[in-house]
Amino acid sequence: MFAAFALTFALVSLLAVALLWPRESPASNESRLIDRINDLLPQTQCRRCTFEGCKPYATAIARGEAGINQCPPGGERTMIELAELLKREAIAVDPKFGVMPAQPAVAWIDEAVCIGCTKCIQACPVDAIIGGSKFMHTVITDDCTGCELCIPPCPVDCIEMRPKAAMTGAVT
Amino acid sequence: MIRAMTGGGLRLETNKERSTAAPLRAASVPAEVILPLDQHAGTAARPLVKVGDAVLLGQPIAEPTSDISAWVHSPVSGSVIAVEPRPVAYHAASSPCIVIRNDFADRRDNANTAVDYASMSPAQLSDHIARGGIVGLGGATFPTASKLSQAVAQPDLHLLLNGAECEPWISCDDMLMRERAADIVFGAHVLMHALGTVSCTIAVEDDVPQAIASLRAAAAQVQPHIRIATLPDVYPAGGERQLILAVTDREVPAGRLPSDIGILCQNVGTAAAVARWIRDGEPLITRIVTITGSGVREPANLETRLGTPIASLIADCGGYTTDDRRLIMGGSMMGLAFSDDRLPIVKGSNCVIVPSPSDLHPRSAEMPCIRCGNCSEVCPAWLLPQQLHWQAQAHDVAALESFGLMDCIECGCCDYVCPSQIPLTQRFREAKVPVQAELLARSEAHLSRQRYEARGERLVRIENEQRARLEQKRREITGRKSPP
Amino acid sequence: MTAAPHTVAPANTVGRVMRQVLYALLPAICLHIIFFGPGLVIQILLGVTAAVAAESLALRLRGQPVQKFLMDGSAAITAVLIALCLPPLAPWWLIVSGTAFAILVAKHLYGGLGSNPFNPAMVGYAVLLVSFPAQLTRWLPPDISGLQTVAFSLPETLHTIFTGSLPTSLQWDAVTSPTPLNALRTGVAMGQTLQEATAQPIFGMLGGRGWDWINVALLAGGVWLLSQRLIRWHTPVAMLAGLTIPAAIMSAVDPGSYPGPMFHLTAGASMLGAFFIATDPVTSATSDRGKLIYGAGIGVITYVIRSWGGYPDGIAFAVLLMNLSAPLIDRFTVPRIYGHSR
Ligand code: SF4
Ligand code: SF4
Repeated sequence: MFAAFALTFALVSLLAVALLWPRESPASNESRLIDRINDLLPQTQCRRCTFEGCKPYATAIARGEAGINQCPPGGERTMIELAELLKREAIAVDPKFGVMPAQPAVAWIDEAVCIGCTKCIQACPVDAIIGGSKFMHTVITDDCTGCELCIPPCPVDCIEMRPKAAMTGAVT
Repeated sequence: MIRAMTGGGLRLETNKERSTAAPLRAASVPAEVILPLDQHAGTAARPLVKVGDAVLLGQPIAEPTSDISAWVHSPVSGSVIAVEPRPVAYHAASSPCIVIRNDFADRRDNANTAVDYASMSPAQLSDHIARGGIVGLGGATFPTASKLSQAVAQPDLHLLLNGAECEPWISCDDMLMRERAADIVFGAHVLMHALGTVSCTIAVEDDVPQAIASLRAAAAQVQPHIRIATLPDVYPAGGERQLILAVTDREVPAGRLPSDIGILCQNVGTAAAVARWIRDGEPLITRIVTITGSGVREPANLETRLGTPIASLIADCGGYTTDDRRLIMGGSMMGLAFSDDRLPIVKGSNCVIVPSPSDLHPRSAEMPCIRCGNCSEVCPAWLLPQQLHWQAQAHDVAALESFGLMDCIECGCCDYVCPSQIPLTQRFREAKVPVQAELLARSEAHLSRQRYEARGERLVRIENEQRARLEQKRREITGRKSPP
Repeated sequence: MTAAPHTVAPANTVGRVMRQVLYALLPAICLHIIFFGPGLVIQILLGVTAAVAAESLALRLRGQPVQKFLMDGSAAITAVLIALCLPPLAPWWLIVSGTAFAILVAKHLYGGLGSNPFNPAMVGYAVLLVSFPAQLTRWLPPDISGLQTVAFSLPETLHTIFTGSLPTSLQWDAVTSPTPLNALRTGVAMGQTLQEATAQPIFGMLGGRGWDWINVALLAGGVWLLSQRLIRWHTPVAMLAGLTIPAAIMSAVDPGSYPGPMFHLTAGASMLGAFFIATDPVTSATSDRGKLIYGAGIGVITYVIRSWGGYPDGIAFAVLLMNLSAPLIDRFTVPRIYGHSR
């Protein structure tokens, strides 16, 4: 009887250990954690979260200085993934950080109006605008993340957001 | 339900003998041909003719628009009567088409001539093959020259010609191999020259003895040597990745191309088309189409001008036996169902099945999955369809991806053996859409991050340089000011 | 007819799979009736009726199409498996409540066909075993060469099953006899050697008489299922190996107390478990490798319970324990995908 008990106990504990064994050891240091958080962020680099980009936001989350609900482009999906990774409570994305358009959008420059001031080029966090000083500028639609950071600096208001599908000819 | 391939696959009733009894013959030429501009993989071709233009047999009527695109030639002589969207059999939407009225004179375009391929460089030859409008005739219609150009840089390339026509009902490659083995062998030599290789295998299923015999005979007469490999007749032995594993015992790594492991696959029909273009100066304007099923009186293989309406082929085969208009383009496992027989034959049309109810076993009522494992037993991609099915129902994109949904080749084997009658393949087709979107978003995110980081580094570098320059200036100025 | 494939394997439905399993059980059922009397027929009828009633009730409560699911035959299999585990003279409410519990709780509370984590038949049987241990030991000796002192006629059998008491003038102690597994464990517990314990007339060449033939018939049915490709070999072979190998080792170490592999293979529900219970696709591991682990686990746990546990046979508990581990096994045995390194 005792042998049976011992054996079953051993078996069950073996199973339990196998089941509960962590598949990956928790991030051993801060920079690995930052990388893993950054991996979950959409890399829009839009600063809606109030940080200078996705990585700075990831750093702030890792240090406990920012909530996980500050990324509108990532939306609920990213927030849930962050909650799972960090074992934090899920919490709705706060609309005060901005609301995304229903359709993914990209910037479009009205080339007839553009004066070639290069302000938008300097503002673009992902180098998606090309053009030289005094020459008109163009957005590389495929590279644009829709962060909208180029819109405020434009002195002649010639940049607007347009649905990405329409800009790429809807060919996927 | 027999697992017969190295992990996966099915032995199916092939039903091929129905259409191989009669010899290969030419289909009647229609009064009007419809030529879709997007009948190949990649971007649609751009028309070179407009309504009212007279065209010659074999004249190019549309040109490629990108690296992955193809020429389209007129299969008849006559005049262009329309350039407009028309319905096609290979997708639900309409496609831009050129419609030509046949004058039945078959006046040829004399610009098309035979060439001496041996004197051409591989790059020239590949360009010339592109001008013949040649695309993969196994069904994928990938432009042949584009495929060649993906592989040319590779040393030790092996050319694998796919004659394993594994899908039930289809027999056009079987007939081609039986009757035109010499074309295939000639085309193989051209392709080998274009690739700069001397090694070539033609893979055939072992249930087509006549085809094997003619290929052997044709290959024996010429150098360099071409190996004929026979495979068990298992579905889907002719799937590109499955074929490569069976013939070379190597797997194509996920997300890579066969050329990455030094193999280039072409269909035997494609090789024959290459031969006719190089040797006879005839671009891709015909193809062999299997017309079969109990719904048609005399099943046969017909050499058909592209753009011929399907109804004309059915008339050539003695007409329908029933009033039921259910048609399948392709085989019974992967083909597309449609009902309009006015649609045209295109480069990728290998077979039209006119099934009667007794030809197919329809699905009965769907039950929940009982996890019997039949599906994972037959899956040639070695997936667990039962798990994918759960995950698809739960819309679990991450799990779908990690369980290999994108590796599913949509062969239908899992469906076929499922006792619960679950339309697994269709579910997987639908589930791939969000997974694909997710993968795309992830790769885009990866790229924006790289650009963001590169920009950060650049800004730091520029700032450092500026500071260094300033420093330099300051030093110069203070240097000048200080007394000597 | 819209999406490919346009054709599926002919006559391949859940209902057919379940029917084939029932056919494979027939030889064993016949032998059982020959050895132990007509009780099993009545038990099966009671069980199937209860199963169908419970199934339709559950389907109706869950708002599912009753007709479609009732015809799949899975409930009937559950009932027949439980009936095969119970003594043929067991009172009617035993099989009825066991089957009803299996269908209502073990199957439908977890989501019905395909979603139940535990084998319903084994849940039903285990509940009975734990709740009514006395009734479950009332086996008659097999009707072979005078082992049976009283032969029960059909009316007597009916009377016993439906009233729960024996025909007048008979005593339970006088008519019943321990099953071979039970006899062995009591014998060894009383300090007999294996040889002394198995000297009783209920033991034959291989193991318990009658039981050996029933197990052979179940083996035959199982082999037929294999040949029909309705089950895969991995689970049964691994389970029988998991049972045989420890048996061989222990009987080699201490032949006085531990019976050999032959006895274990032909005793109790070994073959029933290997070919008909452990192979239940819904509750077992998915991949081939997983099935090997799963089956081996059942075999070993069965051996442990039989040899040192509190119950004479351990298949039911072994199966339930491994059901519990199946998702875990699945997690660690995902097969390699074509073109992926791992
Ligand atoms: S074949 Fe069908 S019932 Fe069987 S495991 Fe696969 S999906 Fe489930
Ligand atoms: S359709 Fe996909 S999942 Fe199903 S057998 Fe084919 S490759 Fe496997």
